[in-house]
Amino acid sequence: MAFFLQMLVTGIVVGSVYALVALGFVLIYKSSDAINFAQGEFLLIGTYVCLTLITAYNIPFIAALFIALMFSAILGFVIERIVLRPFIGEPVISMIMATIGLSSALAGLVHIIWGHETRVFPQIFPEAPVRLGEVVISPVYIWSLVIVVIMLVIFTFFFKFSKLGIAMRATADDQQAAMSMGISVKTIFAVSWAIAAVVSAVGGILLGNINGVNASLSAIGLKVLPVAILGGLDSIPGAIIGGLIIGVIETMTGGYLDPLVGGGLKEVMPFIILVFILMFKPYGLFGKKEIERV
Amino acid sequence: MKNPFVMGCGEFHVNYKQDMAIWKISRVRVRVMIMVALLAIFPLIASDYIVGLATLCGIAAIGAIGLNILTGFTGQISIGVGAFLGVGGYTSAILTAKLGLSFWIAMPTAGIITAVVGGLFGLPSLRLKGLYLAIATLAAQVIILFVISRWDTLTGGTAGMVLSRPEIGSFVFNSETSYYYLMFVILVITTIFTLNLFRSRVGRAFIAVRDRDIAAEVMGIDLFKYKVLAFIVSSFFVGVAGALLGHYTMVVSPELYSITVSIEYLAIILVGGLGSVFGSIYGAVFITLLPVFLRTGVELLSGVFPDLSNVLNGMKEVVFGLVIILFLIYEPEGLAKIWKNIKDYFKLWPFSY
Repeated sequence: MAFFLQMLVTGIVVGSVYALVALGFVLIYKSSDAINFAQGEFLLIGTYVCLTLITAYNIPFIAALFIALMFSAILGFVIERIVLRPFIGEPVISMIMATIGLSSALAGLVHIIWGHETRVFPQIFPEAPVRLGEVVISPVYIWSLVIVVIMLVIFTFFFKFSKLGIAMRATADDQQAAMSMGISVKTIFAVSWAIAAVVSAVGGILLGNINGVNASLSAIGLKVLPVAILGGLDSIPGAIIGGLIIGVIETMTGGYLDPLVGGGLKEVMPFIILVFILMFKPYGLFGKKEIERV
Repeated sequence: MKNPFVMGCGEFHVNYKQDMAIWKISRVRVRVMIMVALLAIFPLIASDYIVGLATLCGIAAIGAIGLNILTGFTGQISIGVGAFLGVGGYTSAILTAKLGLSFWIAMPTAGIITAVVGGLFGLPSLRLKGLYLAIATLAAQVIILFVISRWDTLTGGTAGMVLSRPEIGSFVFNSETSYYYLMFVILVITTIFTLNLFRSRVGRAFIAVRDRDIAAEVMGIDLFKYKVLAFIVSSFFVGVAGALLGHYTMVVSPELYSITVSIEYLAIILVGGLGSVFGSIYGAVFITLLPVFLRTGVELLSGVFPDLSNVLNGMKEVVFGLVIILFLIYEPEGLAKIWKNIKDYFKLWPFSY
């Protein structure tokens, strides 16, 4: 039982990070109908910037985090402007290939600047584990969960009450109507890319604190696909719930099934789930069903 | 005889037969024959290194033509080519190394097995399209690769398998030149088959599905049948390319078929030209030679910037990504279109249109 609870807690923490990264992914899809295959590289760049600020320039964690997030936001803006703007309204394959090309270019830059070896964050959160009954939780996990929940609450309020958030929802709902109400759709696209880059960076920094940082961290960018599809590509609550479900299932698979098959199933499990969702419920748990008219 | 390299001054078709012909005017046929002949005799004068590169380009072209049938002509995006190449390579490896069958049986069988697997993963296309289908094929990539690397008893796991070069009687295709000719014959067959496929009923149905699937369905095209058929035909060629590649490099292992390979093949058809058979070949040559030229460039510059060779791998990725993005922005129809523009310029010269 203790093992089960331990797995559950780990799964929820990992899942909450997935939820955060998927949030950025869904946001981009909702506003501009683009699938962002470069999400993983956004995450990687944000994490490396934060890490470099801390280790090379001895900036305190909170300040470094803030600068890294600012950097990510600017990166998102710039990339949307330079790379993605020409593809608005183009066929799906152009959009997919553009973000794939982008991810390759960014991954290359990361390799050139930061190399391949794994780096670790200096100790930021206290080390002594917390005991909850039989379950032992390291403080990094608790802090991650807290930060993710805070981020998600902030975004919920942002979309519900702020002027920009409401404009974003309006654009996602109906671009033409939003335009005629005086909303600058281009600004909305840029802002959603910036937010996507910021949330990925937060997710990356948290994961980096747990597991260390290397280029394989960007694999999260692909793992977000099952999460987003499970929740429904255009549903923000869906991304959060999907993230938690995938996180828990993945960790459980790692704990219970991997010893049986000799490892590796953990990484594949989200994609097996993905195939089943696509077969039986392609628009996910909360996604809006597309109706096609001729 | 007229000079075959003089351009015709326009196309004047008076019946459907002329319009559907592969070579619109007889001079073009002579021109293509001369090009094919040049490609056939070139390994006799070129060095082994260059012939080897040409072989790799040709194998990539076979796979890219396969992918283009699916993505360029039928409009079904697939991010799983890497894994399908792997299925082809491993089938051939298992048949030749474990069962002792000859390459000449193993290679077509590899194609057929890959076609079956491709058809199986094409089944979701019944309900999915565009983005969702692309994600489903990505899942296929991950799952197939997992099966390959975990099914130790059959595939040798992560260590991979060793293959041998094919042979006829006592002649073994050991030299670069002989393997080039093997690849060349298969590439020519693939090209002719595909060119003719799109002059047939099935090929036209594929194109109709790409252009507007609902309209195609209204006109009586069985969408599901033709989508799965496109997956099957496409995967067959990808499987053959996988088998050829496996026997050329003489090794198969899971990391040779990662998602990077899938992306590379997508880049090939994109840079070459979606929905163009010859474009696939141009793209394959371009993308295969890109890292080679990059390495040469870095070696030339290493005197000035000695650190440059350390970042070669990263630079490869950056250049690769930039090439994709720049082609998408400036010439979405790829090299085939650029080549056509050049030809049109001479065809219409001295007038601009």
